Amino acid sequence: MRRKLWLLSAFCLLPACIGGPSGGGPIKSGITVFAAASLQPAFDKMATPLAEGDGIGIQFSYAGTQTLTTQITQGAPADVFASADAAHVTTLNNAGLVQESQLFAHNRLEIVVAKGNPQGIHSLADLGRRDLVIVLADPSVPAGKYAQQALAKAKVTVHPASLELQVTGVLSKVALGEADAGIVYHSDIVTSGKVDGVAIPDAQNVIADYPIAVLKAAKNQAGATAFVNFVLSADGQAILKAAGFEGV
Amino acid sequence: MTLEAAVRVKRDAFTLDVSLSVAAGETLAVLGPNGAGKTTLLRALAGLDEMEGRVVLDGTVLEDTNARVHVPTERRRAGLVFQDHVLFPHLSVIENIAFGLRAQRRPHATAMARRWLDDAGLGDRAESMPKSLSGGQAQRVALLRALATEPKLLLLDEPLSALDVSVRAEVRRELTRQLSSFQGVRVLVTHDPLEAMALADRIVVVERGSVVQTGTPDEVTARPRSRFVADLAGVNLLRGRAHGDHVALAGNASLAALDAGSGDVFAVIHPRAVALYRSKPDGTPRNVWRGEVEGVDLQGDRVRVRVHGPVPLVAEVTRGAMQELGLSAGASVWLVVKATEVSVYPA
Amino acid sequence: MLAGLGLLLFVLPLAGLIIQAPWNQALGELADPTTTTALGLSIFCSLTATAIALVLGIPLAMILARTRGTLRNVLRALTTLPMVLPPVVGGVALLLAFGRHGVAGSFLRQWFGIQIPFTTAAAVMAETFVAMPFLVIAVEAGLRSLDHRYEEAARSLGAGYWRVFTRVTLPLLRPAIVSGAVLCWARALGEFGATITFAGNFPGRTQTVPIAVYLALESNPDAAITLSLILLVVSVAILVGMRDRWLGAL
Repeated sequence: MRRKLWLLSAFCLLPACIGGPSGGGPIKSGITVFAAASLQPAFDKMATPLAEGDGIGIQFSYAGTQTLTTQITQGAPADVFASADAAHVTTLNNAGLVQESQLFAHNRLEIVVAKGNPQGIHSLADLGRRDLVIVLADPSVPAGKYAQQALAKAKVTVHPASLELQVTGVLSKVALGEADAGIVYHSDIVTSGKVDGVAIPDAQNVIADYPIAVLKAAKNQAGATAFVNFVLSADGQAILKAAGFEGV
Repeated sequence: MTLEAAVRVKRDAFTLDVSLSVAAGETLAVLGPNGAGKTTLLRALAGLDEMEGRVVLDGTVLEDTNARVHVPTERRRAGLVFQDHVLFPHLSVIENIAFGLRAQRRPHATAMARRWLDDAGLGDRAESMPKSLSGGQAQRVALLRALATEPKLLLLDEPLSALDVSVRAEVRRELTRQLSSFQGVRVLVTHDPLEAMALADRIVVVERGSVVQTGTPDEVTARPRSRFVADLAGVNLLRGRAHGDHVALAGNASLAALDAGSGDVFAVIHPRAVALYRSKPDGTPRNVWRGEVEGVDLQGDRVRVRVHGPVPLVAEVTRGAMQELGLSAGASVWLVVKATEVSVYPA
Repeated sequence: MLAGLGLLLFVLPLAGLIIQAPWNQALGELADPTTTTALGLSIFCSLTATAIALVLGIPLAMILARTRGTLRNVLRALTTLPMVLPPVVGGVALLLAFGRHGVAGSFLRQWFGIQIPFTTAAAVMAETFVAMPFLVIAVEAGLRSLDHRYEEAARSLGAGYWRVFTRVTLPLLRPAIVSGAVLCWARALGEFGATITFAGNFPGRTQTVPIAVYLALESNPDAAITLSLILLVVSVAILVGMRDRWLGAL
């Protein structure tokens, strides 16, 4: 009886050891993509063309860039890393975990407000108003770091109610009506549809560089490279632009 | 000061329906087998359980279903002594006793508690915790705790049953002493007739929720009206229809008796009055029956022999006699009872 | 053998934490204002949450212990729901109830000008929400195993409801209350998901130790490990300090 139990559990564990990410249908290969949270709306749309065209099944893992970096450093199985800033890719590069990276998109910051802009916010300076509830991303997140830079350029002091752990947290707090305004990426506002945006002039704005890299430890190098190529292709860039990013 | 109570409580198997009347200074024992409803009665009198009926103590109506009166337990002035003391485990002995005094907001509660303890000879255990007391000591403290608040009614729930037999006598003496100086009404429930007889002035026998007999301890045990009391009093109890000089028992058996009267009767035969023979005797006794020994109970030099037959009886013989006759289970015997030894009274 | 595996599951992560800890830098990290602020805030919030849980939870446990049937099942499901809900879901629920546009929150804002999200009070509320069920369950179990006759004896001695409760019931419940409060406090201390969702993150106001650890993991791993260790040491000290008789109620 005990022996049977061992055999049974061994069989059950076997697929987990062997198997990688699973997709549906006639998949030639599968890859895991770690991507910054702000890329979710755009990247999700890329899954279908890739599956149909090249037969690649993709598993996405979205989180704050800093979280993903930590996971990869600790050995999380990823094939591709799409970051919201260059610094984190540099970290992985220094650790010898990535091959060379390429810029695939830019994103600019924008002030996010509730639909209809009920509080009448028109500039970064307005974010300094004491009667408003402002939410920013934590400085350890790229979006948060850029926001601090933009505010410094505009010489505005803000008293945020919360420093969210992901830029999507900022968006959701404003969308829920819990916060009056925040600073997020332009792409976040475009894909949300539940909020409005107030542009930040170029002089104060920070353009985020989004690099993408294939990990050296990628199990599916061919698939990973195919994904990166798609992202850089005209089709991929079109999807990114539609989501509010600026192409390269 | 009296207690007048008519209590009805619906239980699963039966309905408890008991009326009683107790005067101050009197101890009433409610005696009955387990499950008879005795504890239910006590709890109803204490106000802890729901009841129908009416309870009046010292002129105050404590409970009246028709008038929708229900005085809560804490205002009844009814002290309760449980079977296994139920002393507050987190309080010392003296604090246990002082508890009720403090609830009544009496000044010098601790001093008064100490006096009660000293009077009872337990002064040296004042600071002890209940779990360090012996069973007998704990029960005595429980009694003191109830008495200290000077209640009008004292309710005791089988106060001696949980104690070792060896300790019972000592606690019983203490109980008697305390009760005799207690001015209020006392109601005690028990399944032990010894307890009832030793402590009570009057006994009420309750079986399956109804009163089957009342009277003084002597009256009740001399003329038991229920198997329960008869068994515990250790006598044989038979029932039948009397016809002057004999009583017709179940199954065509007949019992010769003197002045049996007529009608429905109980007949009591003391085991000592039952003689056993191995062969049918030829003599004066009118009551001679066959039987088979069912079992034998040794009680020192006396032996109680249970005999099965048309008239089942328990006979008490000496141990020597038992051995001589070779009385053991299954042995065939003849039972003999003199008519003069049969006591008959109306059912 | 299975028991050994189970033990390993608990021991290895803790051992990893201790072994990888930068002990020589630990003291330095401890002095860091971010660390001390987060620690101070965590202790304040968790203790406050426990205090609230005691005041609200004990009466709740008493009601639970004295009801029967369907009502009791419903009440019990409600009070243990936070234990079953993912903490973030709890945080969202709190927002929907007490946020600026929340069911109760909008009233509070209109009539009293009170806004709860993003405040320390919000952190306390989030912690209370997830941790109180532990106290309620422990106290309810204690109440059910309590011999009713002690209270009956007290009443027969003339004690009114309040005196019975404070002098008899509560002292006898002490083991259950203590173990329940400790579990509650431990859970509150470690709360993350509901806090970050409902109270957000801001140093000194709502940045509790779990959130600080999460943030530090990327930028300053040593600080993260040190903070984790502090939480570990505190938890172990509490659990070891709890005697068996206090845990008896569990």
